[in-house]
Amino acid sequence: MLSYLAHRAFNLAAALVAASLLVFVVLSVLPGDPAEIMLGVGATPESLAALRAELGLNTSAFIRYFDWIGGVLHADFGQSMTYGVPVAELVLERLQVTVPLAVIAFLMAVAVALPFGVFAAVNRNRPGDYLVMGFSQLGLAVPNFWFGILLILLFAVQLHWFQAGGFAPWEDGWGPALKSLLLPAIALALSEAAILSRVVRSATLDVYREDYVRTARAKGLSNTAVLFRHVLRNMLLPVVTIMGLQFAFLIAGAVVVENVFYLPGLGRLILQAIFQRDLVVVQNVILLLAALVVIVNFIVDIAYALIDPRPHGEAHR
Amino acid sequence: MRSKRFGLALAAALALAAGNAAAKDTLTLGVGLEPPHLDPTAGAAAAIDEIVYANLFEGLTRIDKNGAVQPGLAASWTISDDRLTYTFTLRDGVSFHDGAGFDASDVKFSLDRARAEDSTNAQKGLFAAIASVEAPDARTVVVTLKQPEGNFLWNMGWGDAVIVDPASAETNKTDPVGTGPFKLTRWTKGDSVVLSRQDAYWGEKPALKTVTFKFIPDASAQVAALLAGDVDAMPNIGAPETLAQFDADPRYEVVVGTTEGETLLVLNQRRDLFKDPKVRRAIAHAVDRQAIVDGAMFGFGTPIGSHFAPHNPAHVDLTGVAPHDPAKAKALLAEAGHATGLKLVMKLPPPSYARRGGEIIAAQLRAVGIETELVNVEWGQWLSDVFKGDHDFDLTIVSHTEPLDIGIYARPDYYFGYQSDAFNAVMDEIRDTADEEKRKILYQKAQRILADDTANVFLFQLAKTGVRAAKLEGMWENAPIQANDVTGVHWR
Repeated sequence: MLSYLAHRAFNLAAALVAASLLVFVVLSVLPGDPAEIMLGVGATPESLAALRAELGLNTSAFIRYFDWIGGVLHADFGQSMTYGVPVAELVLERLQVTVPLAVIAFLMAVAVALPFGVFAAVNRNRPGDYLVMGFSQLGLAVPNFWFGILLILLFAVQLHWFQAGGFAPWEDGWGPALKSLLLPAIALALSEAAILSRVVRSATLDVYREDYVRTARAKGLSNTAVLFRHVLRNMLLPVVTIMGLQFAFLIAGAVVVENVFYLPGLGRLILQAIFQRDLVVVQNVILLLAALVVIVNFIVDIAYALIDPRPHGEAHR
Repeated sequence: MRSKRFGLALAAALALAAGNAAAKDTLTLGVGLEPPHLDPTAGAAAAIDEIVYANLFEGLTRIDKNGAVQPGLAASWTISDDRLTYTFTLRDGVSFHDGAGFDASDVKFSLDRARAEDSTNAQKGLFAAIASVEAPDARTVVVTLKQPEGNFLWNMGWGDAVIVDPASAETNKTDPVGTGPFKLTRWTKGDSVVLSRQDAYWGEKPALKTVTFKFIPDASAQVAALLAGDVDAMPNIGAPETLAQFDADPRYEVVVGTTEGETLLVLNQRRDLFKDPKVRRAIAHAVDRQAIVDGAMFGFGTPIGSHFAPHNPAHVDLTGVAPHDPAKAKALLAEAGHATGLKLVMKLPPPSYARRGGEIIAAQLRAVGIETELVNVEWGQWLSDVFKGDHDFDLTIVSHTEPLDIGIYARPDYYFGYQSDAFNAVMDEIRDTADEEKRKILYQKAQRILADDTANVFLFQLAKTGVRAAKLEGMWENAPIQANDVTGVHWR
C-alpha cells in the first residue's frame, strides 16, 4: 500500500511539473508583450525598456521559470503585472464570487433534479414523466447565457426585483451578496438540473429492475416503502458520481454566466489576464486549476484503493 | 418599528410634495472596461483616464469639454518672447487627498519623473521638448524648452501629465492620491470603483457626493443595466443598435458626440505594392465610407477624408478627394499593372468597428478584383505583429484615438511606413508657429497632403454614443480627450 501511495504521489508531482512547463512554454510563444499592451501606441522605446525591466521580462525564460516555481513552492505566487497586487490576493477575491455561485447553482440543480427525476421514474411513460422529461429537454437546449438574459429582462428590467448584474461585496452583508448571485445561479443551474434529472430518472429505473426490489415488493411492502427504503439509497451511488463530474463543468460554465451578469469572478479574471498578457496571473491560475484536477484524481485513486482491498501491484493496473 | 417607518415615509412624502427635497447627489456610470490600475502616469489604457481625469488627478492645465486648454493647478502663466520659457503661477490652498500640501516642488517632481530615463510614462513624448523644470519659490514653476512647442500647454493638460505627490507616487496604481475634487473610497476589483467628494478641494465643489463607475464589458448587459436602472448613464454604450430604443423612451436621453478617434484602413507602405500611390488611391476609390458607417456602426460616425477630427476648428472636409468609384478603382489598378487582381491580408483587432468594418470592406474590395483574407487578432497580437515587430500585414483597420495626432505621419519609423518630405516640413512649421490663425492654415495644408497622397484610407470619425437618464445634466457630449469629467454633473 505504501509503495502504491508513493507511486501515486510521484505521478501527481510529475503531472504538476508537466502542467507548469506546458503553461509556461505556451505563454512564452504566444505573441503579445505585456509592456506594449500597458503603455500602448504612444510609448517610447525607453519607457518600454524601463517597464520590461520593472516587470522582470528582460531576464531569460529559464531564470523566469525557476523564479516562478521557486516562489510557488514557498506559496509566493508573485505580483500581477497589470494590477500590481499579489496574485494570491486577486485569486482569493475572485473565488469569493465563483465558488459561492457554483455551490448555489449546484444545490439548486440537486434540489430540483432529485424530486423531479424520481417523480418521472415512478410515473414512467405517463404524462408526468413526459412533462418532466420535456422540460429537461428544453433545459438542455437553452444556452445558459441566453437564459440569463431572459431572467434579467423579466426580473430586473420589467419587475425591478433584482439588479441586472454586478456583485455586492460580502463585507456589506450576506443578504445583498446572495441576492446578487441568485439570478446567475438560476441561469447556471438550469442545464445542470436538466442533465441531473435525466440521470436520476434512469438510475431510479435501473434500481427498480433489481432483484431485491422485486423481493421487497413480493414481501408486500407498499410502493412508498420500497421507494424510500430501497430504491433511493441505491440510486444515489451513480448520481453522486455524476454530480462530482458536474461540479467541474459548473466552474467552467460560470465563466459565461459571469460575463452576462458582469460578476467579478475567476472566469473574468482569466479572460482579462489573457488579453492583457498578464502572464503571472495566467500561469498561476491555470496551474491552480490543473492542481485541483490532479489532486481530486489523486484522492479518488486513494479512495478506490482503500475501498478495494485487492493488492495494488503493477499487474493489477 | 412599523409606525416609525411609516413616519419616515410620511415625512419623505411631505418633503417631496413641498418640492424642497434635496436633489439626488449620487451617480452611477457604466463603463465597458476596467482599468488595470488607477495611475494615469504609468499606463496607456483609456479606462484609467476615463475614471481619474479631472476627477481624481489634475495637471498644470486641463482640457475642457470643447477641447480647449484651461488653467488647472496653474492659475496663470506667462510665455517668454522666444517661446522657450513658461512661467506658471500655481493656485493657493491646494492639497492632496491624504492631506499633504501642494507646491512647486511637486510639479518639478512630477514633470522630472515623467521625462526621466527610467520613466514608464506611456506618453513620454509629451515631455520631450522640456529642457529643465525649476521651482524658484513655492508658487512658481519655470519650464524651459529645448525648442518652441506650440502644443506645450495642451500637452500639460493630458492625463499622463498630472501632478502627483512624491510620497504617494509609487502607490498611485492601487491607492491613487491626487488633488482633484473626488477621492477614491473603494475599488471592488472586477466590479466597480467608488469616488467620493473631497471636501477640502481648492476649487468649486462638485454637486455630486458619490460617483460609482461600474464595469460592464458585455454590450447586452450594458443595455440591461440601463433599463433596470442599475446605472444612470453609459457615456459610451457598446450596442449602438439599441440607441433608437432608448431615444424613444422618455426616461433616457441619447447623446451622440464625437471623439478623437480617426478610424483608418491602414495601408502598409513598407510593402512594395503600397509604395505605388496609384494602388493606394485605387483602394480608396473602392471603399464606400457611408456604407461602412451604416453597416458596421449602425449609422453613427462621420466620414472623414484625412486624419483630422471634424469637430476641430482647423478641420477641412476632404471626403471628395477620393469618392467611392469602383470603375475608377479598377482603372487605376489596371494602370498600376494589377488588372488580374490582388490578394491581400487584412488583420483585424477586436473592436466591432474593425471586425464588422473588415467584412464590409472585403466585400467592397472584391467588387474591384481584390481578394482579402481576414485575420482576427487580439490587441496584444496586433501590437506586436502589426504595430511593432515585423509589421506583418497588408491592411488593418484601427481607430487612432489620441487627440490631435496628425503628427504620427511625420514619424520615420511609424508602423504604416508613410514618408513625405513635404508633410514633414509642414509639421516642423507648425511646431515653430505660435499664431493660431497661421497654425490653422498649416494644419489644413497637412490634411490636404495626406488626402492627396492617400497616406491611408480615411474611413470615419468614431462617434461617442452615450445614453443617460433624462434628468442628468452636465456630462460631456464629445470626447476631446479620454475622460469622464463628472465635476460639473448634476441632477435636475
